[in-house]
Amino acid sequence: MAEPEKQPISIEALKRGDRSEFARMVDAYSLHIYRLAMRMLSNPQEAEDVLQETFLKALRALPNFEGRSSLSTWLYRIAVNEALMVIRKRKPELSLSRPAEDGEEDDNGEEMQIVDWGHMPESELLSLEARRNIDQAVEKLPETLRVVFLLRDVEGLSIEETADSLGISQAAVKTRLLRARLRLRDELSNYYRERMKES
Amino acid sequence: MNDPSHAHKCDHLIATISEYVDGSLSPQLCAELEKHLRECENCTVVVDTLRKTISLVQTCAEDDCLPGEVRARLFHTLDLDDFVKNDAMV
Repeated sequence: MAEPEKQPISIEALKRGDRSEFARMVDAYSLHIYRLAMRMLSNPQEAEDVLQETFLKALRALPNFEGRSSLSTWLYRIAVNEALMVIRKRKPELSLSRPAEDGEEDDNGEEMQIVDWGHMPESELLSLEARRNIDQAVEKLPETLRVVFLLRDVEGLSIEETADSLGISQAAVKTRLLRARLRLRDELSNYYRERMKES
Repeated sequence: MNDPSHAHKCDHLIATISEYVDGSLSPQLCAELEKHLRECENCTVVVDTLRKTISLVQTCAEDDCLPGEVRARLFHTLDLDDFVKNDAMV
C-alpha cells in the first residue's frame, strides 16, 4: 500500500479516538485490504468478513499502536492473520513459518517454459479470457507463496515490510517471492503458448 | 541450454532473477547475469516474460474496486454511518 492518502493520516488523532480521522483511514486502506482478502480467499463473503474484522481489530488496538511499523504494514498484518484464520479452518495444517508447505518445495525438477510471449499485443495479453487465466494462476499458488506475492507485487510492500507483515525472515520472503513469480510465469507461458499456436 | 555447463549456469543465475527484476541484485551478480543474458536467448526470454508476468498481474489488480454496498456495510459495522457519504474525503 503505497500510502494512498493525499493527506497523511494522523496517528495522534486516531489514538485519541477522532472518528473522522478513523473514517479517513478506512477509506484510504479498505480497497487494499479487500483486494488482498479477495485474492487470498477467492470468496466475496469471506473477504468482506476479513475486511470488517481487520478494521474492528484496528479500532480496538489503536490506543496501544506504538508506531514501530507503518500504519499500512500494521493493517496488512491484521488482515493477513484474519485471512489465514479463514484458510486454517479449511486447511488446519497450514503454517506460515514452516519452511516447505505443500507444493512449495524446490521447483528444480520442473522444466522451465521457454516461450517468448512477451511481445504479444496487449489486447491479447489482457483479453477477458487472459485476465481470468491470470487470476486463476494466482489462485493456484500455495497460500504461503501467494500471500508473499500479493503483498510484494500487488500491494507494493518492500521485502522488509512484507517480512514484517508476515512475521517471517526477509530471506524467506525472497525465496518465496522467486518461487511464486517463476510458477506464475510458467502458468502464463503455458496459456499464451496455446494462444500463439491459435493465431 | 544443451551444453551441461551452460545449463548449470542458467540454473544458478535463475535464482537471482527475482532480485534482478527488482533492481536489488548486487552489482557483481548483476554484471554476471547481464553477461550471461547477452549469450543466452532462453534466459533472456525467462527474464522478459517474468517482468511481463508481474506487470500483467498488477494491471489486472488495478481494476479491482471496493463495491459500494461492501463499503456501506463496513462503515455501518464500524459505527461510521455519519461519514459513509464522504467517499472522496481522503
